[in-house]
Amino acid sequence: MALIHLSSPHVSKANSTANVMRLVLLATLPGILAMTVFFGWGTLIQIVLASVLALLFEAAVLKLRKRPVGFFLSDGSALVTAVLVAVAIPPFSAWWVTATGIFFAIVIAKQLYGGLGNNPFNPAMVAYALLLVSFPVEMTRWTAPITQNGEGWHVAGFLDTLQVIFGSVEQQWYDSFTGATPLDVLKHRAGLTTEELWRQSDVLVNGVAAWYAISAAWFMGGIFLLSRKIFTWHAPLSMLIALFLMASMFYGFDPDNYVSPIVHLGVGATMLGAFFIVTDPVSSATSNRGKIIYGALIGVMIYIIRTWGNYPDAVAFSVLLMNLCAPFIDQYTQPRTYGHKKANRGTKGKSQ
Amino acid sequence: MSQVFSFHGGIHPPENKKQSTRAPIGKAPLPQQLVLPMQQHIGGPADPLVSVGDSVLKGQLIAEPIGRISASVHAPTSGKVIDIAHYPVPHASGLSGECIVIEADGEDRWIEHEGIADYKAIERTELIEHIRASGISGMGGAGFPTDVKLHLSEDHIVNTLIINAAECEPYITADDMLMRERPHEIIGGIEVIAHLLRPSHILIGIEDNKTNAIHALEAAVKHCDLNIDIVVVPTKYPSGGERQLIKLLTDIEVPAGKIPADIGIVCQNVGTTSAVYRAVHKGEPLISRIVTVTGDAVRHPKNLEVLLGTPFRSLLEACDLRPEALSRLVMGGPMMGVTVDNDRIPVIKTTNCLIAATQQEMPPAPPAQACIRCGMCEQACPADLLPQQLYWFAKGREFDKARHHNLFDCIECGACAYVCPSNIPLVQYYRFAKSEIRTEEREQQKADHARERFEARQARLEREAAEKEAKRKARAAEAAKAQEARKAAAAKPKEEATEQATPDIKQLKTAAAVARTKLKKAQKAFDEAAAGNSEGLAELEQALNDARSKAEAAEKALEAGSPAPSEGGNAELKQLKVAAAVARTKLKKAQDALKNAEDKGLDGIDKLRATVETLENKADEAQKAFEAAQPAETAEKTEAPAKPEPAAEPALDAKALKQQVSIMRTKLKKAEAALEAAESDDERSALQADVDDLKKRFDEATEAFNKVEKAKMDAAAQAGIDLKQLRIDAAMAKAAITKGERALKKAEADDEREQIEQELVAAKAKSDELHKTLSQYD
Repeated sequence: MALIHLSSPHVSKANSTANVMRLVLLATLPGILAMTVFFGWGTLIQIVLASVLALLFEAAVLKLRKRPVGFFLSDGSALVTAVLVAVAIPPFSAWWVTATGIFFAIVIAKQLYGGLGNNPFNPAMVAYALLLVSFPVEMTRWTAPITQNGEGWHVAGFLDTLQVIFGSVEQQWYDSFTGATPLDVLKHRAGLTTEELWRQSDVLVNGVAAWYAISAAWFMGGIFLLSRKIFTWHAPLSMLIALFLMASMFYGFDPDNYVSPIVHLGVGATMLGAFFIVTDPVSSATSNRGKIIYGALIGVMIYIIRTWGNYPDAVAFSVLLMNLCAPFIDQYTQPRTYGHKKANRGTKGKSQ
Repeated sequence: MSQVFSFHGGIHPPENKKQSTRAPIGKAPLPQQLVLPMQQHIGGPADPLVSVGDSVLKGQLIAEPIGRISASVHAPTSGKVIDIAHYPVPHASGLSGECIVIEADGEDRWIEHEGIADYKAIERTELIEHIRASGISGMGGAGFPTDVKLHLSEDHIVNTLIINAAECEPYITADDMLMRERPHEIIGGIEVIAHLLRPSHILIGIEDNKTNAIHALEAAVKHCDLNIDIVVVPTKYPSGGERQLIKLLTDIEVPAGKIPADIGIVCQNVGTTSAVYRAVHKGEPLISRIVTVTGDAVRHPKNLEVLLGTPFRSLLEACDLRPEALSRLVMGGPMMGVTVDNDRIPVIKTTNCLIAATQQEMPPAPPAQACIRCGMCEQACPADLLPQQLYWFAKGREFDKARHHNLFDCIECGACAYVCPSNIPLVQYYRFAKSEIRTEEREQQKADHARERFEARQARLEREAAEKEAKRKARAAEAAKAQEARKAAAAKPKEEATEQATPDIKQLKTAAAVARTKLKKAQKAFDEAAAGNSEGLAELEQALNDARSKAEAAEKALEAGSPAPSEGGNAELKQLKVAAAVARTKLKKAQDALKNAEDKGLDGIDKLRATVETLENKADEAQKAFEAAQPAETAEKTEAPAKPEPAAEPALDAKALKQQVSIMRTKLKKAEAALEAAESDDERSALQADVDDLKKRFDEATEAFNKVEKAKMDAAAQAGIDLKQLRIDAAMAKAAITKGERALKKAEADDEREQIEQELVAAKAKSDELHKTLSQYD
């Protein structure tokens, strides 16, 4: 009788990395839907474009690296990266902006480091940071939400959007559909107090509700993933709490010059970052305790850069900075093993 | 009631327990052959007591334990031993082990056996010995000899006895069925164990998926007056892990590297309690156990009471195997069990389950994908490890980091691998890392051992060198002191010597000188006569002879006197030297004269020749005298003034002589070399003379040395010690030491080493003694 000789365990949970990625993609749907509702077709077109490019780049690099293309493409990680890049950049970004971003995310930030699981930085955030630094004009020309455009679903038409992405349009066209984001307005306040800004700015008066709605959609997706145990609560919650606490502290201290914590949580990429970026397991800290520290530090960094830095939003930079710190955090946040009096710290030393 | 705590992690794999609990425990058919591995437990394998051809009865002891941690093996049925050889055994390695094969005679005849009527009446040690003799080892999976655990109350305080009835692995229901059907056996066994360990509290930990078993146990416990709590714990794998169950029931963690007894807890499996009950109350040794035979490839999964040694095949047949559907045969549970590749492998004491799985049931693992550090393994780990980090470290061979992340606290439960979405065989990585580290450690130990040995040797050599050096210094210091003392004393003894010995010597010398002068004159005259070819040669010869005899007498007198002056000092020695030189010169002259005479073809040449010969002898004697005096001098220098050691003087003498011999040899060689190198004839002849002279001296020196050596031997013989024998003894002692040292290197066991060390020390002492004795004569 010929039987196989195998090492235990002999059963495993029906789960796969592809399944994890599929769930993440599923969880982005509410956010994508919200963005499409408020910003028009741009987001969807960007997602399609980014996905196609991501698969192409990934396949090409896998081919060059002589890896089984189908096996690695099917894990879905390239698609997740593509979606995250696509929702992070302005919906009307030109195709080459997207292409540059995806190329950098997939080829440089992911595959050149060894592919899935080996990248020290979150590929989507690397791409976003690169684009923001390289093309500041294109990257800050954000679409104005429909709530600023009067009654009805008044968005740029599908073909117009295609044209703005793949061709070119008059400057005037941009002016009618784009505008500053709430964070831009709150950043470049021209000497006005927060309260005055809230009364004057069109974005803050009419547009901020759209941003809140989009954040709520991302939050929903995040809660879904949390319920499916794709990630643990540690990193996102600690990030949100840290940001909230920082904002509350300064807002309570000086409400004229600082922005309310609700706004910090509700606008920009806070929710997207908390549930889809910070939770990226590859580039984040490992242990539960490590994730809490990692998330909290990102929250603090976001507040610092938003408030005193040069850029209106700060999720990408904060995440990248903390990606750098993650291995270090890991060294000092080993959990206490069963039967041990205390946890081991540092790289070596006597294990107990 | 007891509170239930929780442990970190854990998983909920499909239980698959229902299939095998529908039917009651059946009885496996008696197979034709039973294969009994000598190692069915943790510890040393048992040693066969029977030989091929022996008839055995059911329950007869067929192999006895070797060492403390070992278990005996009994014949599960009556029959004949047909083979004792290596057969495949149920082990993860797939290797084979020594087994006794019994051919069943079908009668199943029991050996005489009877239980202990009142186990509380006998000594505890006796009771434990009885359990040991029954071959009971843990039946949960690890197979640790039970009697060893029962001794724990002797050096540990056992507060809590935990009966492990969790049976957390999927598929397995052997303990469940045992509890359902034979709860009184379990309680009876617990009573025995409690009697031995005297715990204040007994907890039975059982998962909440075994409702029937819980009811049965509760009913049985009612009739028991022990403090037993049945603690129902939530179903979660691996709650049946010893450490996890302890945490669940007591909220105490067993410290890493310690055993539960260190915190006052002893764990026993329910199956073990039943075996203890049978051994104590019925006198039946452990020869059968309950095995769950399940899996989709058998049509009638159920539990069977199986004789140890029954091949898996007969169990599978008893449960109606579908051979075409079988793809994987697992012994144990699906999480930690081992696959077997052969259905002739026998049931042993730890075989609790046999899963005949189909391809759909246990599909081959899909190819592993990249680890995305999702952390699901971390959430599942019951030991609070970071499996994803351990995986990276094991993969990258960063074993130091893996250890720092407490790799060795991994219990290999497989929960991490179970949840891994990337299908990474994590447990294999950990096993690999562990074995690599163990290998490294072993090599490190070896290297350390070698280094220690080398250092010890180095230290010994240094010590010896230092001792030598110290001895040498002490000797030098002594010599210097002696010299100083002698110098200081030189004036006095010299005066004395001049008063006493010197006058004689002086006179003697003068006499010798006179004689010499006369001899010279006579020779001269003789020479002249010879030259002149005149008559009266005979007269001259007479005169020469006279002079010679006189000179001889004088020399003799001088020789007789020489030992005295040698004691006196250097001056006499010098004179002796001079005398020797003079004698030599004379000899040369005589030789020359002889040559002349020969040239001229005179008569009496023969006589002259004889004269020359005598002179030659004399010169030799003078030289000898001088040389004899010289070593004596040296001896005096080194030797402490009044030390009556028998062989000390000759010894030093011998040394000096030896040295001289070697010096002579060197000189001779040099001179010979020079001779060969010489070109002109004159030079050559001169050198030739030198060489001859040196040769002579060398011979003399050698002779003197030999003489002294002989004297030494004689002296030693006088002292009653055969020097040769002594030397042989010393050499033998040395050889014994070397042998001992070599044995020591090879010896591994501590007690063995101790013995060898003792022997070595004794041998060394003997050798030292011999050497000391020898050095007195050498």
